[in-house]
Amino acid sequence: MLIPCPYCGQRLASEFAYMGDARLTKRPDYSDTDDLWTDYVYLRDNAAGPHRELWYHGFGCGAWLVVERDTVSHDIISAAPASTRP
Amino acid sequence: MSETCRLPTGGLIDRAQQLQFTFDGRSYVGRGGDTLASALLANGVRLVGRSFKYHRPRGHYTANSSEPNALVELNAGAAREPNAKATTVELRDGLVARSQNRWPSLRFDVMAASSWAAPLLTAGFYYKTFMWPASFWERVYEPLIRRAAGLGRLSGGADEDAYERRHAHCDILVIGAGPAGLAAALDAGRAGVRVILADEDFRFGGQLLSGAAAVDGQLAPDWIAGVEAELRNLPNVTLAARTAVFGMYDGGVFGALQNPSAEGDPTVYWKILAKRAILTAGALERGVVFNGNDRPGVMLASAARAYVRRFAVRPGERAVVFTATDDGWRSAAALADAGVDVAAVVDPREQIAGGVQLDGDTRAVLGAVIETTHGRTCLRGVSVARRDGGRERIECDVLAVSGGWSPNLALTCHLGGAPTWNETLHAFAPGALPPILIAAGAAAGAMTTHAALTDGLRAARQALDGLGRPAAATDPPVATPAETAGHMPFWRVASAGSRAFVDLQHDVTASDIDQAVREGFHAVEHVKRYTTLGMATEQGRTSAVNGLAVLAEARGRPMAEIGVPRHRPPYAPVPIGALAAENRADAFRPRRLPPSHHWAEAQGAVFMEAGLWMRAQYFPRPGETHWRQSVDREVETVRTGVGFCDVSTLGKIDVCGSDAGAFLERLYINGWRKLAVGKARYGLMLREDGFAFDDGTTSRLRPDHYFMTTTTANAGAVFQHMKYAHQCLWPELDVQLASATDQWAQFALAGPRSREVLARLVSADVSSDAFPFMAAAEMSVLGVPGRVFRISFSGELAYEVAVPARFGEALVRALMEAGRDFGICPYGTEALGVMRIEKGHAAGPEIDGHATAQDLGLGRMMSTKKDYIGRRMAERALLQSERRPRLIGLTSLTPDAGLQAGAHLTALTTEGGNDDLGYVTSAAYSPTLGRHIGLGFLANAQARLGARLRAADPVRGRETLVEVCSAVFVDPDGERARA
Repeated sequence: MLIPCPYCGQRLASEFAYMGDARLTKRPDYSDTDDLWTDYVYLRDNAAGPHRELWYHGFGCGAWLVVERDTVSHDIISAAPASTRP
Repeated sequence: MSETCRLPTGGLIDRAQQLQFTFDGRSYVGRGGDTLASALLANGVRLVGRSFKYHRPRGHYTANSSEPNALVELNAGAAREPNAKATTVELRDGLVARSQNRWPSLRFDVMAASSWAAPLLTAGFYYKTFMWPASFWERVYEPLIRRAAGLGRLSGGADEDAYERRHAHCDILVIGAGPAGLAAALDAGRAGVRVILADEDFRFGGQLLSGAAAVDGQLAPDWIAGVEAELRNLPNVTLAARTAVFGMYDGGVFGALQNPSAEGDPTVYWKILAKRAILTAGALERGVVFNGNDRPGVMLASAARAYVRRFAVRPGERAVVFTATDDGWRSAAALADAGVDVAAVVDPREQIAGGVQLDGDTRAVLGAVIETTHGRTCLRGVSVARRDGGRERIECDVLAVSGGWSPNLALTCHLGGAPTWNETLHAFAPGALPPILIAAGAAAGAMTTHAALTDGLRAARQALDGLGRPAAATDPPVATPAETAGHMPFWRVASAGSRAFVDLQHDVTASDIDQAVREGFHAVEHVKRYTTLGMATEQGRTSAVNGLAVLAEARGRPMAEIGVPRHRPPYAPVPIGALAAENRADAFRPRRLPPSHHWAEAQGAVFMEAGLWMRAQYFPRPGETHWRQSVDREVETVRTGVGFCDVSTLGKIDVCGSDAGAFLERLYINGWRKLAVGKARYGLMLREDGFAFDDGTTSRLRPDHYFMTTTTANAGAVFQHMKYAHQCLWPELDVQLASATDQWAQFALAGPRSREVLARLVSADVSSDAFPFMAAAEMSVLGVPGRVFRISFSGELAYEVAVPARFGEALVRALMEAGRDFGICPYGTEALGVMRIEKGHAAGPEIDGHATAQDLGLGRMMSTKKDYIGRRMAERALLQSERRPRLIGLTSLTPDAGLQAGAHLTALTTEGGNDDLGYVTSAAYSPTLGRHIGLGFLANAQARLGARLRAADPVRGRETLVEVCSAVFVDPDGERARA
């Protein structure tokens, strides 16, 4: 599998570490409910189809990326730096 | 006499090159260009193996990688390689091969007796026969089956072969160099794109190598040579012979295994990244299911043709051809051309359309089948049954069988594609393909040479079009004479007896499949697993379609409904050694050496691995015979004088920017914004789930520059975590992060005399007033820009002194020199560990992913004035419970008996139920206290201070009486560090 790193170009997936659902970037506030925090820390959707997820280019530029990937076909739809918010 | 079956002329072999080899200890001679199989056949060796279950004699069945029978062991000693297909092994001088799965000899195998035990070994016998009594399985049945069944034996020694892993990139990968592949590669190569042409054979050409066809008016071998020469001259084309593309993966990644072209060269595992791929892997001929279809001398018609045409070998003296295809007739013609007496061509078809050329002398028996074969270890004759009821026996020593041709489509399935039944081909053809893959030639159903050439060209143009590149103006190659691909769908002779094999390698018969269906196994994947059909090393290449046909017949369903078992990578066997390649032994992972390593080595230090690092464990001195003597001395030297330890392995991270302090506030549980410039502070980080992640000291060197240290083990993980926190959670913060672990050599200088040693290395004032406990400063050390931190892991007056890594060894020598008057000594990780246990400092064994800050006794550090990673979850009610095991100290009350990390703490008397109260995490002998001590976690810890418990270690059969105490054994008020 290849991931198009916006800084380095197409790179093999073995250069990256996987973190999971990109919703992790939306960290709750301290004052939010227990349910919201539990959901944030422990619960993940198991999507079949397009999925936005975090990948870390550890053996490359060190950037965290939001990669949109189809979990059925494994197609990579897009990859963007996690630090630039849409 | 040698090479009695070698034809006097012809073939694509180098007759001048004589190659000596041995098979089962006997010496033979072959020629350059031979495979082991063709060389054996040239010497009249037709019996080469025994079958898997029944130990039936077997011979060469194919001339390629589909081979189910001719499996041999190559080489001897540690390099012994089992299950090599003789039909693909390139003959080399000095090759040593042995038959396998026979005892005591190939010709006389006592296990062949298992043929009469056959009723026990039918489909699913693993699941049925050996069920009772259960105790017999391990002692009797399994050893018996393992001896009787099975293929080659591993040497048991380390694999001595050389392997490499390489990457390659291309625009178009062409898989298979037969007519279609050559035509595709030629056009793509001429178009100027980067092309890799791979073929598992050591010679390009595929079926052209054994065909009679001429291409563009040239003999096929000459046309191939011309194309190959042109491709070789194109700088954008890579030719990869001996290279099996074994898997297609996501993103245009292909795995390939390249066998060495010369002795001693490495086997190469290629990872090929291709924008487009053209699958021209050809088609695979299959046999027919009839009684005795496995006898040595029975082979595929295409194999017989390859032996005479490509290898100039006569596979027998008198042949019968049993064919349901026009192509079988071409094989008959090839045998006749080579001087083999073709006694008859038996074809189940009543009539054959034009295009099949009948030699005048060849007798055609139409509307007939082979009912059975005769002979023992070699074929003596066949029984032919005609549709009109007539029967006859024909003497022969070779039977060439052509049941039909199936596209070689395994790679089209690796990403989930399912083949579809094609009613014209009477075969499964590639189904929906991955977008970058194009199937062409016989792999796509173009079954004649001319059609394959044309289709290869078509595929190249399609691939180039997909890449947005113009095609080269290659003229379509023309193959002559015209061939026909007529055939009838024919799988199984109706009267097939009990020895009608479908899968030759796994000894699966037609009746096994019938039986599986009777027992309720209907789905193709179930029948495959129950009978082991197609699960041998050749993955059912010659058998799968016949097996499906038998299944379809038994179930009374059309083939299209039966489907095929899923093809998965690898298409060709891949040695584990090739996947590991250079990542073995010392190169399995990198070895990191701290700056003082070579000096420590010269001092005779004993080393230990800490992650990737080699760290000095202790520094034995002459006369010290036990490691404890060295470690105790090192601890005593530090506690009473001065010592130093290389701590460069700690993770070091520069945190810069105007928001650096705010960023640290969110990472650590304690406060950082108010840390003064020139000060260091201990910090603890949690994971977002509230459990401790890592700890270390961080210093503020300048208003916008903090310098963080992490534990050695977590250096990488913490850096990744910080980048995550910055880029994913708080990108708005002005923070820059840089790992500086390798840039700084850092030494702990510890002991009551450490200040005096330091003063000799720096010009700055390091008196306690000028440089108090937890001070941190950039200062000149040995005249180079360095850093000094007054922090203490040992509990003594101590400093950490850092210089740029290249001065690390110079600093070690300077420390030894400056400390000589004070009796300085280096200390290793053992003494470091003893002293931190004496001080009750948590380390890796305590920060184990299960402990919270409170558990570690650090609850008071948790700020309530800010949010930080892990705070919300750390505040969950159950984590506050006193019943959670908390960090405590333990003292052994059993004389001379140490504690064991991992031992469990229980009450002295058991009042029933679960009395596991906690566990020991770290243990050491404390030379300072003269006692064995330890750290651990204990429930209701406060209430149990002073209590006596058992530390039980049933795994190692040890038990110690312990007393619970504070985790800080030495200098509980911390006066020494502040001295």
